Amino acid sequence: MNYFPDEVIEHVFDFVTSHKDRNTISLVCKSWYKIERFSRQQVFIGNCYAINPERLLRRFPCFKSLTLKGKPHFADFNLVPHEWGGFVQPWIEALARGRVGLEELRLKRMVVTDESLELLSRSFASFKSLVLVSCEGFTTDGLASIAANCRHLQELDLQENEIDDHRGQWLSCFPDTCTTLVTLNFACLEGETNLVALERLVARSPNLKSLKLNRAVPLDALARLMLCAPQIVDLGVGSYENDPDSESYLKLKAAIKKCTSLRSLSGFLEAAPHCLSAFHPICHNLTSLNLSYAAEIHGSHLIKLIQHCKNLQRLWILDSIGDNGLEVVASTCKELQELRVFPCDLVGVGDTTVTEEGLVAISAGCPKLHSILYFCNQMTNAALIIVAKNCPNFIRFRLCILEPNKPDHETSQPLDEGFGAIVKACKSLRRLSVSGLLTDQVFYYIGMYANQLEMLSIAFAGDTDKGMLSVLNGCKKMRKLEIRDSPFGDKALLADVNKYETMRSLWMSSCEVTLSGCKRLAQKAPWLNVEIINENDNNRMEQNGHEGRQKVDKMYLYRTVVGTRMDVPPFVWIL
Amino acid sequence: MAYEKVNELNLKETELCLGLPGRKEEVKEEQDVSCVRSNNKRQFEETRDEEESKPPTKTQIVGWPPVRSYRKNNSVSYVKVSMDGAPYLRKIDLKTYKNYPELLKALENMFKFTIGEYCEREGYKGSGFVPTYEDKDGDWMLVGDVPWDMFSSSCKRLRIMKGSEASALDSSSL
Repeated sequence: MNYFPDEVIEHVFDFVTSHKDRNTISLVCKSWYKIERFSRQQVFIGNCYAINPERLLRRFPCFKSLTLKGKPHFADFNLVPHEWGGFVQPWIEALARGRVGLEELRLKRMVVTDESLELLSRSFASFKSLVLVSCEGFTTDGLASIAANCRHLQELDLQENEIDDHRGQWLSCFPDTCTTLVTLNFACLEGETNLVALERLVARSPNLKSLKLNRAVPLDALARLMLCAPQIVDLGVGSYENDPDSESYLKLKAAIKKCTSLRSLSGFLEAAPHCLSAFHPICHNLTSLNLSYAAEIHGSHLIKLIQHCKNLQRLWILDSIGDNGLEVVASTCKELQELRVFPCDLVGVGDTTVTEEGLVAISAGCPKLHSILYFCNQMTNAALIIVAKNCPNFIRFRLCILEPNKPDHETSQPLDEGFGAIVKACKSLRRLSVSGLLTDQVFYYIGMYANQLEMLSIAFAGDTDKGMLSVLNGCKKMRKLEIRDSPFGDKALLADVNKYETMRSLWMSSCEVTLSGCKRLAQKAPWLNVEIINENDNNRMEQNGHEGRQKVDKMYLYRTVVGTRMDVPPFVWIL
Repeated sequence: MAYEKVNELNLKETELCLGLPGRKEEVKEEQDVSCVRSNNKRQFEETRDEEESKPPTKTQIVGWPPVRSYRKNNSVSYVKVSMDGAPYLRKIDLKTYKNYPELLKALENMFKFTIGEYCEREGYKGSGFVPTYEDKDGDWMLVGDVPWDMFSSSCKRLRIMKGSEASALDSSSL
């Protein structure tokens, strides 16, 4: 390769798009490092505090796409206070100052303000794509800036964000000259939508492939939208509140038949179940179906819908489907790769839910299954052992038994053997979440067998530090470890400080780690940020005489090349 | 609003304060109200010390089940509402209310009655109607005692008691 001029090498590198591979390439030699850095187009930063924008720009001056992740994963479950951090503003400011030719920005769990969106919309003439997942801090005014100023916008994808809806006219801020939209997802907006502006926008967007509406779009508007955009591939129907006898419903049925490219369906927030049959004619084309917000759909209507979906690869559903419903999925959806079963009833002891039987049925019927998220009320080791045997190809296995510490409901034993079977059989397992009654033994298995494991979520599990030690010693590829309410303490935390340099982050909350343990760790590893998050105290811990032995409520540590962050709120203490 | 670890006896340092339902922000100033650990229940106040060894129940664990707050906020959770003497039950979606005043107003409108004023020590005074609810553990509780979020995620059904049964819940017996 050294005999080729740089341009040729660069051209070869163009074919390497995975950031992991590009990172590896850059380590081969100085000349490859240099060529790679100037040609890297897409940068992925898994922790926005591991590096800062200035260093990013120094290394990769020519990138066009940036992915940033902010808060730790457990922030999704309200374990991280809102003001913790993860602000995108400094990044956008730096990129604007550096005159980066930014075209795409993807953010997850970050705080985004209207000011940030406005700055973004004005600073990058070629900006094409904005994807925000689980972000917060902005309103529809910020969206209006994006709509108004991004002349070449192709993608505006808002997934499960907390957006303050000012019920303004952000949709009408797209100029008439904007005809480039490919993706428009505003399903998470709560307020009313300017339907006229929406319909006109869709009508002048011939490239529109993905459209996800919010709950405020009524059925007749949906019908008209589908008629304007028969080329649609991915559709979120919003509330789908309808009356089967209405003219709108007839129009809708006609429109659906024309959408022969439709592959992905979601929404149905208020759906009247018997109106699902309108979609039956195109169900065999569907590869992705998300009914996880469709609380009103269950029973026979749901079953009938699924029976038409023979080519599903991805299914997100509520546990009201029941084991019987999962058996239908197992016998119909032979192409299924990813299944998520969410809990419908977050309150009660559970009317219909799913059990280990549903999981076993799916594992037996769906040979291509590689990713599962399964909320259930009960599980057995025997079932997990069968599942492991049926599906040795799991990449992601996340099981959440709703009641913490619940044992095998037949034998009353811990579920160590069941999860042990999973990690032993699934040699490609990259992500695992465990639940139920678990002892140190399960972690022994995980450390021993889960060689490819990158992310592990632990809650209410284990007996002693040995458990955590097994994982830290055994899982060589571990990147993200998150633990809550488990009896792991300083001994495990401090055993191998260098391990954390190979990991992105470690979260421990309501465990046994003490303040002095965390301080010792911070001393030994200056390249880590060890954050203590203590909403109750505001550094009272520091003044208290017993501080050393005091248990830390929440600790989040991560490797970083830029030291302590400057935007620390008062309740976070970086050691 | 922060919740304490269920098993930790850290009585003074709580951030949870009792006060008028729905007025969380103002209540924070009144620091010295009786401390509440996240699994305190009105009738079990005297057993507080014993609770340290109890395993956490589903009702009161923060961040559990691990479902994104967006999804929790958008899930529909209808609970049945009964009123003593009313011929049939109603159903409401707790997610449509953000706090106790909104809920109580909606109940008043639904059943055409007035609820008295809530105070922590004595419950509802003035009207003879007492809103109660059944929580995840199957216990009947007075509406308004726990923070709204905790209530809305653990309430299984509502019952508006009235008349003599209601007055038995007044100051004397608690």
